[in-house]
Amino acid sequence: MIIAIASGKGGTGKTTIATNLAMCLQKPVRLLDCDVEEPNCHIFLNPDLDGGERATLPVPVIDEGLCNNCGECGRICQFNAIVSLKTKPLVFPALCHGCGGCMRVCPTGAISEEGREIGTVETGTSGHIEFVQGRLDVGQAQSPPLIRAVKRHIAEEGVTIIDCPPGTSCPVIAALKGCDYAVLVTESTPFGLHDLKLAVATVRLLHLDFGVVINRATPHDVMVREYCKKERIPVLLEIPDDRRVAEAYSRGKLIVEAVPELRESFERLCCAIISRIQHRDAAPIPCAGTTPGVS
Amino acid sequence: MKELVVISGKGGTGKTSLTASLAALAGDAVIADCDVDAADLHLLLSPKVLKVEEFRSGREAVIRPGDCIACDVCRDVCRYDAVRPVFENGRKAHYAVDAIACEGCGVCVRFCPEHAIDFPERVCGEYRIGETRFGPMVYAQLGIGAENSGKLVSTVRKEARAIADDGNARWILVDGPPGIACPVIASITGSSLALVVVEPTLSGIHDMERVLELTRHFALPTFVCINKWELNPQMTQEIEAAALAAGVSLAGRIGYDRAVTDAQIRGLTVVEHGGRAAEDIRAVWAALADAPGAPAAPATMEV
Ligand code: SF4
Ligand code: SF4
Repeated sequence: MIIAIASGKGGTGKTTIATNLAMCLQKPVRLLDCDVEEPNCHIFLNPDLDGGERATLPVPVIDEGLCNNCGECGRICQFNAIVSLKTKPLVFPALCHGCGGCMRVCPTGAISEEGREIGTVETGTSGHIEFVQGRLDVGQAQSPPLIRAVKRHIAEEGVTIIDCPPGTSCPVIAALKGCDYAVLVTESTPFGLHDLKLAVATVRLLHLDFGVVINRATPHDVMVREYCKKERIPVLLEIPDDRRVAEAYSRGKLIVEAVPELRESFERLCCAIISRIQHRDAAPIPCAGTTPGVS
Repeated sequence: MKELVVISGKGGTGKTSLTASLAALAGDAVIADCDVDAADLHLLLSPKVLKVEEFRSGREAVIRPGDCIACDVCRDVCRYDAVRPVFENGRKAHYAVDAIACEGCGVCVRFCPEHAIDFPERVCGEYRIGETRFGPMVYAQLGIGAENSGKLVSTVRKEARAIADDGNARWILVDGPPGIACPVIASITGSSLALVVVEPTLSGIHDMERVLELTRHFALPTFVCINKWELNPQMTQEIEAAALAAGVSLAGRIGYDRAVTDAQIRGLTVVEHGGRAAEDIRAVWAALADAPGAPAAPATMEV
């Protein structure tokens, strides 16, 4: 069961939801931080991380001895990553998307591939949570290949939570693909609503079932609630605009620990999501938090 | 002319609200919203739209079902798992490309033995040119699931620069995208000055350090300002110390003020709405306006 936590823009509390949800779910639970440009879950979970594996993207290498300057490689490349003007081709690895077209098209077999490092995938544990995160190298332009590398760690059993990158463009799609359910996190502000609408359009495009969590909710800012009602989108949880929540976040603390009464809300959130998914799938998964007696 | 780009390692730090206020204070600026993935600045500046342009970038593969013999070649060569069989009456009738998954590499197009695959240009979003109460504005919206947001960022900056050149504007103010990858790189290359907006949180300090690495990489004169600093005064000091140690300047602190949200609800900038934060923002602008920044170089980065 794969649950994605996403939002149309950053800073709405995606990481807060992902980490606190993981904390309230029963074992086995795995959290994948796919916000590889700014992976922040580790701040709240303090996992003991291993050294990590370097993730690579294949880029072409030319054997100049075999190359006959035919220029086919330059013609097939859509990304200007390999250029050949009746000369030995020049490769610009940063532009390469790793499609392998040049290698396939080269008539003399002068092109092979080697891995270009783009980031690191680290794994570790934090209490009962199995933790995986991707960290994009600074200066790297493409995050989707690294996101896919992190997603290779999706657990076969139990629940996998994916903290997605913000926005609606290709990195988010890479993170959302194949998930069973999406939780869209937003704020009840004009910006929040605008970005939520984009996020809704994204998950609808991918045919994902989804619900909304309103963060920093106040009783009088009703615009998101009204929008959800109109669109028949379930509001799964509202986290009140509470200074204790903001302060816990600023100190890198989990809110279910800093604000105990929110623990129950998160446990209800776990149940709500799991029962939504089970509604569709048959496979039963215990729908309880880690606190005894909650069902 | 100077080009100031407002960025933050992560979203939601108040970057857009701040940029809008700076636009109000600058008076003579061209405003560019380069946060093309979640463009919100127009909600505060309500531009009157003068021009809408489609943004095209890259291509996508489209299989003509009638010409496809279901030979599997395209599926085998596609590294993005974008080609799927379509079944009719229980047998594989032809293949089709999942537009969202297609990377536009063209490998299937080239190797299809039946030449059954078209490769049209892809519409990836749109950009708009408008007039606000503080000056001309260029903003965009990237299509959902689209790629190349770096290119759209470059396009928005190019348009803003053309307008600024024509009107002899003194400033281009850029609301930059969050993160550190392609769109951010496209928004800061060749600009004169960066303002990094940071919240005083443990994650804020991490994100700032990564984004400062990037501005250092591009040798961009950089300022840091802390938003909602009272949330954690001690962290504020730590961040400021880290910023100074990284060799960047401080542009000031902005207080935690409910007026920022109220202004947003009213569709106004914070300095128009007034309040404590408004005064802090004026001080930030004063620090930036006098800053020696490199004169803006042409935006050349194509990602
Ligand atoms: S390679 Fe061409 S003919 Fe073969 S399955 Fe693909 S589209 Fe059809
Ligand atoms: S253009 Fe490239 S990514 Fe798109 S379907 Fe063809 S091979 Fe796959």
